Amino acid sequence: MSRLQVRKTYKLYIGGDFPRSESGRTFPALDHKGEVVARMAAGTRKDLRMAVRAARRAQPGWAARTGYNRGQILYRIAEMVEDRAEAFGAAVRLSGAGAARARREVARAVDRLVWYAGWADKFAQVMGNLNPVSGPFFNISVPEPTGVVGIIAAEESPLLGLVSRVAPVIVSGNTTVVLASERWPSPSITLAEAMATADVPDGVVNILTGPKAGMVPFLASHLDVNAVDAFGAEPAMLRDIEQEAAAGVKRVVRPPGGDIDWAEAQSPYAIAAFTEIKTVWHPKGL
Amino acid sequence: MSSPATTTPASPILGPSVTPRTIDSFLRAVPSVDEVGVAERAGALATRSVKRESKLAALHLAIRMCDLTTLEGRDTPGKVIQLASKAIRPDPTDPDIPSVAALCVYPNMVPYAVEALAGAGAGTANGTATGSGVAVASVATYFPSGQAPLDIKTGEVAWAVAAGATEIDMVINRGAFLSGDHLRVHDEIVAVKEACGPAHLKVILETGELSTFDNVRRASMLAMAAGADFIKTSTGKVKPAATLPVTLVMLEAIRDFHAASGTAVGMKPAGGISTAKVAIRYLVLLAETLGSDWLTPDRFRFGASSLLNDLLMQIRWLRENRYQSPDYFTRD
Repeated sequence: MSRLQVRKTYKLYIGGDFPRSESGRTFPALDHKGEVVARMAAGTRKDLRMAVRAARRAQPGWAARTGYNRGQILYRIAEMVEDRAEAFGAAVRLSGAGAARARREVARAVDRLVWYAGWADKFAQVMGNLNPVSGPFFNISVPEPTGVVGIIAAEESPLLGLVSRVAPVIVSGNTTVVLASERWPSPSITLAEAMATADVPDGVVNILTGPKAGMVPFLASHLDVNAVDAFGAEPAMLRDIEQEAAAGVKRVVRPPGGDIDWAEAQSPYAIAAFTEIKTVWHPKGL
Repeated sequence: MSSPATTTPASPILGPSVTPRTIDSFLRAVPSVDEVGVAERAGALATRSVKRESKLAALHLAIRMCDLTTLEGRDTPGKVIQLASKAIRPDPTDPDIPSVAALCVYPNMVPYAVEALAGAGAGTANGTATGSGVAVASVATYFPSGQAPLDIKTGEVAWAVAAGATEIDMVINRGAFLSGDHLRVHDEIVAVKEACGPAHLKVILETGELSTFDNVRRASMLAMAAGADFIKTSTGKVKPAATLPVTLVMLEAIRDFHAASGTAVGMKPAGGISTAKVAIRYLVLLAETLGSDWLTPDRFRFGASSLLNDLLMQIRWLRENRYQSPDYFTRD
C-alpha cells in the first residue's frame, strides 16, 4: 500500500528544548543528489541570542561539576550515539558517504567522545603545574574553562567534524553554541536528540541550524561569548570574525590551513585552547 | 463593620463626613472587572512591536521613569551611595543617558541618599529637593507588612520626610481591607498623607495579597479617594508582584477616577519587571489606556532594581549593533 511520506521537520536545540526558529522559517535539507529529505529550522540572530543566554546560564553549574562527572556525561553521549548508530549512519550518508564510510564515521565519532571523556578528570593534571618559584610559596597553575564558546562547525564531515570540536570544548566546563553545517545539517540535530537523552544539563550544548551568514557576525561580536572556534568558517570570513571579536577581546581559534583529516583530529591541546590558566600564589608554612 | 473611632476629615470625593456607609456606597458603585477581557486586552497589547527610533525613545523614557530601588535588610550606606551615583549617571560612558526619577530606599538610608544626590548637577528638576534632580523616595508605614499601630506608621513617615525624602511609598492595611474595614484603610491613608506634608504619596496595594481584580479595583479607588498621588502594585516582597493584567485594572481605575474627579493620579508597577522588553509592554499599556499625558515620570514610575541594567544593555545594543554582556555593566 502506498502511503504519504512523513518527512521530519527538525528544530533547534536551545537550553535543552527543541524550539522552532523565532522567525518561523525553515529550509529544505537536501541529500547529495539534491532531493529534499527533511526540513530544518532556519535559525536567526535572535535564536542565537537565546542560545547564548541559555549557555551562559548553564555555564557556572557545568564548570562546578567534577571532571569525573563531566567524563561520565560525555561517555553517556557516546553510548547514546552508539545506540542510534543506524540513524547517525543514515544522516551521514545523506552527504554522499557510502555505507561503509558512514559506519566508520559514526564509529569514530563514538570513539572520539570516549577519548575526550577520559580526559575530563586528567587534563587539569597535565595542563596545570606546580611552578618552581624562589620564595616560600606554592605557585600553582590550573586550567579553568573559558566560559561560553561559539563553535562554527565544519561544513563537510558533519558528524565527526562536529563531535571533534564540541567534545574538547565542553569537557573542561565550557558551554557552547554551535552553528551547524549549513549544507549537511541532519547529523547535528540527530546529535542534539541524542544529547537530550544523555544527561547533558540543559544549555551546555545548544545547536542552531540555518544560514550561517546571518548568525556568524552576531556570534563573533556577541560580548557574552568568550571564544569562537572558527574551524568551520570560510577563509574569507575569518578576517571579519577576528575584527568583530576584537571588541570584546574574544579568543578566536583559526582552522589549520588545508584540509583537515578528521580521523586524526584529536588532541589534548584542543581542550587547552579553550581554557584559561589561573595561577595562584599560596604561602608555604615554614 | 467596626464603628469609626476617629472623626475623619472631609474628602473631596467622598463628601464632608466619611462614614462606613459613604465608603461602602462609593465602593459599591465601582464596577466589577471582566477578568477574561482584562487578560485578553493586556495580552493583545503585549504583542505590539516597538522598533528602532521608537524603541530607543521608549528605553530613554523608561530610564527616566525608574525608581531605582534597594530594599534589603543588608543595605548599607555604602551601597546607597553607590546606587545614588548610578541613579544620577546610569551609564558613565554615555552622557546622553538621562538620570532616573528617584532612588527608593528604607527610611534609615534616606539621609545617605539625600546627601549623595545633593551634590551633582544644578537645578531642581521634577520638583525634587536634590541638586541632581533625582528624588529620594522612602518606603514607610512599616513596609512591607504594614502591621504596626498607626501612630508608629505616621511617625516613620514624618521621620523620613524630615530626613529629606520627597516621596513616600506606603503600604495599605491589607488585613483591614480584606476583612471589609474599608474606612480604616481610608483613614490610615488620610493620616499618612497628612504626615507626608509636601511629600508625594505612593500607595502600595500589594495586589498579590488582594486575590481578585475586583478587590484591586476597589482598593485603587479607595486609595485615590483618600488622596494618593500614585497607586503602586506591590512591595516586591510578595509573589505575584506586578503583572500586565493587574496594572491594566489599576490604570482603568485611574482613568475612571480622573473622569469623575478631574484628579490625575500616577501609576507605579513594581516587582518582577526586570527586562526592557517587559517595560516597553507596560508603556504600551499605559499609552493605550491613559494616553500620552501619562507618558511622563510625574505620572508613571517603574519600581525596579535590575531593570535599569537591561535598559542600558538594550540601548547599547541599538547603538553598537552588538549583543551585550552583563559583565560590562555595574553589579549592584
